[in-house]
Amino acid sequence: MGEVNAGRDHAEFRREVREWLETNCPPEMRDGAAGESSICWGGTTWVFTCDEQKIWLDRCAARGFTVPTWPKAYGGAGLSRDEDKILKQEMQAIGARSPLDSFGIWMLGPALLKFGTEEQKLHYLPPIARGEIRWCQGYSEPGAGSDLAGVQTHAADQGETWLVNGQKIWTSYADRADWIFALLRTNRDAKKHLGISFVLMDMRSPGITTRPIQLISGASPFCETFFENVEVPKTQVVGTIDRGWDVAKYLLTHEREMISNGGNAMGSGRALGAVLTESETGQSDPVLRGDAMRAEVDSLAMAMTLERYKDQAEGGQGVGDASAMLKYMGTELNKTRLELIMATDGADALTWGDTPASSWLRTKANSIEGGTSEVMLSIISRRILNLPG
Amino acid sequence: MAKLIQTEEETLLSEAAHGFLSKSAPVSRLREMRDSGEHSDPALWQEMAAAGWAGVLVPEAAEGSDMGHAAAHVLAREMGRNLTVSPFLSTAVMAATLLRQFSDDSATSKLKQIAVGGLTYALALDETAKFSPDQVELTAQSRGNGYVLNGKKRFVVDGCDADRILVLAKSDAGLCLFDLANKAQGLTQNALKMIDSRDAADLIFDDVEVSGEALLGDPGAGFDVLKPALEAGQAALAAETTGLAEAAFSLTTDYLKERKQFGITIGSFQALQHRAAHLWCEIELTHSAVLNAGRILDETPDQATLAVSVAKARATDTAQKSVQEGVQMHGGIGMTDEFDMGFYMKRARVAAEWLGDYGYHAGLVAQLRGF
Ligand SMILES: Cc1cc2nc3c(=O)[nH]c(=O)nc-3n(C[C@H](O)[C@H](O)[C@H](O)COP(=O)(O)OP(=O)(O)OC[C@H]3O[C@@H](n4cnc5c(N)ncnc54)[C@H](O)[C@@H]3O)c2cc1C
Repeated sequence: MGEVNAGRDHAEFRREVREWLETNCPPEMRDGAAGESSICWGGTTWVFTCDEQKIWLDRCAARGFTVPTWPKAYGGAGLSRDEDKILKQEMQAIGARSPLDSFGIWMLGPALLKFGTEEQKLHYLPPIARGEIRWCQGYSEPGAGSDLAGVQTHAADQGETWLVNGQKIWTSYADRADWIFALLRTNRDAKKHLGISFVLMDMRSPGITTRPIQLISGASPFCETFFENVEVPKTQVVGTIDRGWDVAKYLLTHEREMISNGGNAMGSGRALGAVLTESETGQSDPVLRGDAMRAEVDSLAMAMTLERYKDQAEGGQGVGDASAMLKYMGTELNKTRLELIMATDGADALTWGDTPASSWLRTKANSIEGGTSEVMLSIISRRILNLPG
Repeated sequence: MAKLIQTEEETLLSEAAHGFLSKSAPVSRLREMRDSGEHSDPALWQEMAAAGWAGVLVPEAAEGSDMGHAAAHVLAREMGRNLTVSPFLSTAVMAATLLRQFSDDSATSKLKQIAVGGLTYALALDETAKFSPDQVELTAQSRGNGYVLNGKKRFVVDGCDADRILVLAKSDAGLCLFDLANKAQGLTQNALKMIDSRDAADLIFDDVEVSGEALLGDPGAGFDVLKPALEAGQAALAAETTGLAEAAFSLTTDYLKERKQFGITIGSFQALQHRAAHLWCEIELTHSAVLNAGRILDETPDQATLAVSVAKARATDTAQKSVQEGVQMHGGIGMTDEFDMGFYMKRARVAAEWLGDYGYHAGLVAQLRGF
């Protein structure tokens, strides 16, 4: 990418990576990551779309390239950020698909790296890196959406274990996940934020059931998840008991960055410019063209901001509350982009199937999932601008 | 790879600039100048030169401090915060970037004078109300070993007080760039009374004779010579404008925390909180674009066009939003001349037009992105 500061160093590493990709990335996996159907989510129930998808995953996992910046001991390649950037650039250059996308990589992994015990890291991280265990996120409840700290699903103390009862909602892919990371109320007497624990649970535990919910896009990745007298060993708590809010918040900053990055596959697909150029009307409709220019300028500035924040994070300054900004701007922009693609493709976009409409419908969730745009703006006003709350 | 974060030197430089400007050239100084009808401050420029600012892009061989574009942006941003008036952009950024392409004695000696604050420049570009630097009607006819210039340039920033003028003209060989004294015979400056209270003029060229030495670069190569200077200026102006947006924004958030209505501070109204938060997001994105442009100009200047245009487009837009929301959220006081917001608003509007407005730069971005 010439637009974001590319630099010229690390020539040796770049050459190595290029050679490795040349030998190891199957031609079938070089289709520019197409749509949602090309994503590999992994897990025990995963059905590979073709042999090459599995070969590509296995080779990347063996080289640590599914989680390039994680330490080698946990299944990563121990790459520096510059090296990671080069790897991404080289993959992009040949249109290589991401070998593995998962909530384990984007959300749980970073939280475990920061809050997990050494035992937990060695136990949970390598299978995530290899795509063997698929995770889902059990945060939201019918009465706890934006007010996440209001979770009521209860874990009763039984000495060595917890006894869990309650209901989660909007748990994406719960019906296909092997494990869940969830927020549970472990102390009803403490203040809202101080009685929550962050707990890992095997979805095959007796007492857990799921029920899919259909989305406006026709897909049904959403689930209601029910817990009825589920026994969970206390060793599966991450961080301190009752202080799961700290873990939850840290994880959310990663989730928000991931969503703003378009990492959730909803951002992928054709560049706006290409869509406009290929269409019958895109070039000649002045309003569309103007809107597209604006979106392009903003997207580039957004990409530069992601770079800058990563550079900052690498220097030890975490992104912190500013992840709310990345989430808000990134997802609003993504919605704008899909609106423009719909407008450009006109009637061609309007049918069900492999059309922009499915992505367009999916982007409508961008400003809701992981915290709504309104909630993001409130976080910025209170925590960054220190406006009175 | 250079990072998109400030280096330690850049942070020190910005602190030093902040200290100096808030004392020597704050908004109150601009107000004073406006009230007394001055539009430039030569003594201040001398101090800036002594600090190495005038030579920020002058090579060390020509006795400059050669700190680079990213450092120039640090300075411009602080000037933007304070609405500081100086020939920094025209002279230290654009003329220096232009002249350092040449290694002859004449260019070196001019660069030396720039670095010590002894020589200022203006760029005479536009001939219509909108920026379009390659649309040139001003003619250069060869005569003897020199040329004769005829035509007009509009909205020449620093055009009254600059010692020298860089002017793009049309000759038989194509576009030519000339470097001539602003006092040249036949050259008239019609001073403009600008809303931002700064120096600008329309220039009339009436049989202005220049020698062959005034031509910079080959005949016909005028625009190629000019381009790096233009991009440097556009990026630095984006940095200045971003500083302006930030300062206007912090006036606003301070007010939100202090002004009470209905018995509570207005900053606790969500309708205002969310607009302020949105503005902060816009400023963050713009700041990234400016940092990126600085790094690219320093590392790979021949590939800078996209980065520069993203920065200038974003900065233009963000500053306008910042001052407009600023006035609105201040209510009545925001409309008074006594309050500083109006000065920010007027400078933002002028900076939006100078060196290409939003549409000009967004158009370039679209072109470079293939549509
Ligand atoms: C596609 C998708 C995938 C998801 N996946 C998961 C998942 O895997 N796991 C999981 O746990 N959850 C998941 N979620 C749930 C998501 O996190 C919640 O939907 C979200 O936090 C909003 O909560 P809510 O739906 O209850 O809306 P509500 O909180 O009821 O909000 C309704 C409206 O009120 C506004 N609002 C609420 N409070 C305020 C306030 N204080 N100030 C201003 N406005 C306010 C909101 O912005 C929104 O516009 C997913 C959601 C979507 C759409």
